Amino acid sequence: MSKSYRDGLPISPEKFVDQLMRLKRGSISRRDFLGLTGLGVATAVMARELGMMPTPAFAAENLGDRMSIATWPNYHDPQTFENFKAETGVAVEVNVFGSNEEMLAKLQAGGSGWSLFVPTNYTISTYKKLGIIEALDMAKLPNFDGSQEDARFTAEGTIDGTIYAVPKNWGTTGFAVNTKKLTKPMSSWKEFWDTAMAEGDGRTMVHDYQLTTIGNALKYYGYSFNSLKQDELAKAEELLLKVKPHLFAVSSDYQPSMRSGDAWMTMCWTNDGAQLNRDIPEIAYVLGKEGGEIWTDFYAIPKDAPNKPAGYALLNYLMNPKVAVKEHLANGAPSTDARVNALLPKEVLDNPILYPAADLLKPLEFGAAATLTDPGRAELMARFKAA
Amino acid sequence: MPAGAETAFSMRGSLFRKNLLTALLLAPAALWLVVFLVLPFVAIAIFSVGERAPEGGYQAALTFAQYANLPARATAFWNTMVLAPVGAFACLIVAYPVAYYLALRAPQRWRLILLALIVIPFWTSLLMRTYAWMYILGGRGIPALLAYVGIEDLRLINTPGAVLLGIVYGYLPLMILPIYVSLERLDRRLLEASADLGATPLSTFIGVTLRLSLPGVMTGFSLVMILLLGEYLIPTLLGGGKVFFIGNALVDLFLQSRNWPFGSAIAITLVLVSVVVLIVANRISTRLSGARRVDLI
Repeated sequence: MSKSYRDGLPISPEKFVDQLMRLKRGSISRRDFLGLTGLGVATAVMARELGMMPTPAFAAENLGDRMSIATWPNYHDPQTFENFKAETGVAVEVNVFGSNEEMLAKLQAGGSGWSLFVPTNYTISTYKKLGIIEALDMAKLPNFDGSQEDARFTAEGTIDGTIYAVPKNWGTTGFAVNTKKLTKPMSSWKEFWDTAMAEGDGRTMVHDYQLTTIGNALKYYGYSFNSLKQDELAKAEELLLKVKPHLFAVSSDYQPSMRSGDAWMTMCWTNDGAQLNRDIPEIAYVLGKEGGEIWTDFYAIPKDAPNKPAGYALLNYLMNPKVAVKEHLANGAPSTDARVNALLPKEVLDNPILYPAADLLKPLEFGAAATLTDPGRAELMARFKAA
Repeated sequence: MPAGAETAFSMRGSLFRKNLLTALLLAPAALWLVVFLVLPFVAIAIFSVGERAPEGGYQAALTFAQYANLPARATAFWNTMVLAPVGAFACLIVAYPVAYYLALRAPQRWRLILLALIVIPFWTSLLMRTYAWMYILGGRGIPALLAYVGIEDLRLINTPGAVLLGIVYGYLPLMILPIYVSLERLDRRLLEASADLGATPLSTFIGVTLRLSLPGVMTGFSLVMILLLGEYLIPTLLGGGKVFFIGNALVDLFLQSRNWPFGSAIAITLVLVSVVVLIVANRISTRLSGARRVDLI
């Protein structure tokens, strides 16, 4: 069966133009025109979809007709938002970002318009300190069950006993390699950077993101991913400046270039690694044996959210394990919720990209809050990009 | 009351009415300028003497530290100062023959259609058009076609050439139109006179056509150059974010490191540089066209 956008249209484009011309000639009335072309019905449907008429199920609680979420690229099953709209009448506008810094900048400036967003673990304490996120009203999130969450990944959402953010999923930061183009097996950040200057010359990408690009350069020397020490950062800078002329791009949107074959190797997050490997098996996902980043992405609600009821409703909807399991299948990152894991197929739970071996997980570090606001790392990144 | 004084009085009255009318007519435009140009500029100027708050953003202060720190973005300024004139010049090289053909050679009935064809793509957002180039130059575009004829693993995207191509493509109409206008106004009899006086076609072109179209050239050149001073999209998308212009520095300072005061200081500097470029370009074009006053359009 064809799935053209024309399916289910109330009228064919040719007929529509016919009727439009008739209307112009004055041989039909405006009312007939709306009826004949289906525009009248469409207007009524739009009115309902946009919430001008409340849908019965949620009429009691006024959710409004639209809300906006800030999240990451390739991070959700688009169907999730369609289903949410069908159930509640709330249309979800999705904004995607390349770094936590950018989300923070928008929220600091005010008027972001988001009713829900997806910050990473290490940023939550800063948001709380600046007073720009809500202490979550757990009564509005009956689908969330803290006892089912893996505490290793969820601790940073709770500050002084108050829950400010609930987890979406966790993951790691490694690198993806096209093994047809770069055949030498690799297992460390040292090999990543060395290959970038040799066989991977002109074909390697690093994130446009200080935390991971500087952090993984620090790992070349075995320093902490989160280091703020001047001498260690100086070494990392030296490496980055040396690699710079050999790079293909400095960008956090690496999937298109990896898929088209322009780039052969890139810094990569779990979910992108799983998606790339699922579609193009020769693209492998590697965790540096020296360590690197482990992370959890959370859901949080900004204090100035224009539509808090809808923000809570969507969050509660996403915490439903039956919904979350579809999100995980689409996005590829592992869940923190035991109820979701119970629903995931075995081949997902056995995927080493999602669930790396314990010896690879052990040296990984969660990002530290100080890196987010440290001007030294920001300036280092600027010098690297300007070089 | 002597008759003369009465006349002077009523003249003063009508002058007053005339001034009031002028002021009223100018008010909407002036209000627009104040709200959307002067006030934001003042806000940025105030930001630029402030300090970065510990978690990023702005905190009030009175310091010129941000301006003293400008050399930290010297590379970005330098890259921009090279890109802007080079890009504008490349645009000019492509635009001039097109404008020349349109104004002097194209058949009258085709002229409007050809002009429309140049302008219509401009209605699409620059972002969209640049994305299109990403796919044309990317691995599944031209390199995939070339692979059929045996040229393997050619990389076009994220090269300086790709950035230059994107710039020329993006800003071409802005260069063609002013040159076209100045060539179209050209008095053809001057060309005939030049030929009658024994000049070769080449020296007629250099001495008459090119000379008289210089105001248009300078207008196009400064328009493109000013826009290029703030460009950041094309280098990011077609250059892979490896080449850092002052526009990129601004984006990063506001959205990544959230050092708004430093970003504001750079923005103020950029505006001042743009004004200087405009003034210099205007002076040059005035001189070149024989000290005549030149309108920008």
